[in-house]
Amino acid sequence: MRCEDVSRALPEIVDGVAPADLALRRHVEGCLRCQAELVQYRKLLRTLHQLRTEVLEPAPGLLADILAAVEEAGERHALRSMLSGRRVAYAGAIAAATAAGAAGAVIWATRHRRLRAA
Amino acid sequence: MRRPGSKDHMVPADQAQLVAAAKSGDRQAFDELVRATYTDVYTLAYRLTGDEEDARDVTQEAYLRAYKGLRRFRGDARFSTWLYRITANCASTAMSKRARHRHDQLDDEAVVADERPEVDPEAMADAELLRDRVNSALEELPERLRAVVVLRDVYDLPHQAIADELGISEAAAKVRLHRARRRLRQRLFPMQGEETAHAV
Repeated sequence: MRCEDVSRALPEIVDGVAPADLALRRHVEGCLRCQAELVQYRKLLRTLHQLRTEVLEPAPGLLADILAAVEEAGERHALRSMLSGRRVAYAGAIAAATAAGAAGAVIWATRHRRLRAA
Repeated sequence: MRRPGSKDHMVPADQAQLVAAAKSGDRQAFDELVRATYTDVYTLAYRLTGDEEDARDVTQEAYLRAYKGLRRFRGDARFSTWLYRITANCASTAMSKRARHRHDQLDDEAVVADERPEVDPEAMADAELLRDRVNSALEELPERLRAVVVLRDVYDLPHQAIADELGISEAAAKVRLHRARRRLRQRLFPMQGEETAHAV
C-alpha cells in the first residue's frame, strides 16, 4: 500500500465508522507522513465537533418575526378548522333535511295509496 | 457575532414536556421552544447557506414547518435533532432556488482560491484560532460539500438522515463528506506538494 492510497482512504475511516483494513493500519504504523495526516484529520474532526457549542447571534428581530409567523399560521389553521367545522354542520343539516323530506314523501305516498285502496 | 457555548440550556426533560404541551395545542409551549432553540437553528442555517438573509428566511421557514408538522414528531429523536433535519431540508430548498436564480457555480471539482495566511505551528496549537480557521474554510467550501460536512461532523446527523433531507442518495452523501473533509484538511494543514496544487 502506498501513501497515496492511505491518503485517499483516510477521510472515510478517520471517524471510525468505516473500518480500516489491516494493510492500511500496518502502513500507517510505519509511516510518519501518514501518521501526521491522520492526526490532522482527527484534529479537524475534533474542531468541527466543537463548533456545535458555538452559536451565532442573529440580527435583532428574528425571534419576533418567527413568533409572528407562527401565530399567523396558527390563526389560519384555526380559521380553516372553524370553516371546515361549519361546512360539516351545513352538510349535516342538508342531509338531515333531505332525509326528512324523503321520509315525508314515503309516508305521504303510503297514505295516499291506502286512501285510494279504501 | 459568534458566542461560544451559549446555546440553549434547556434540559431534555423540560424540552420533552414543552414538546408534549405544544403537540396538544399549547401555543405558549411552542413559543418557549422557539425561544430556547432559535439561535441554534439560525447558526445551522447560516452554516449551511453562508448568508445572513438566507439564514433568517430558512430559520423562519423551519419553525413554520415544525409548527405545522409537530403532531408528526414521534419523539424517538431529540427535538433539536428533528429541528436540524427540518432546517437542513429548508436550507437545501433555499440553496436550490438560489442556485437556479443566480446560476451559481456548484462544481465539486472547482479549486478553492488560496488566500490562507502563512501556516504558523504555534497558532495551529491555539484551539480558538483553529476554530476560526475551520469556520473560514467551511465558508469557502462549495455549498453542497459544506452542507454534508456541517450536518455530519458538526451536528452529528446520520448519513441516511442527511441524504433524506438533502434529496440525495446515502452513497452521494458519503462521497461529498469524503471530499469535504479532504478539502478542509488540505486547506488547514497543507502538506508538502499540496500547497503548489492549491496555488494552480
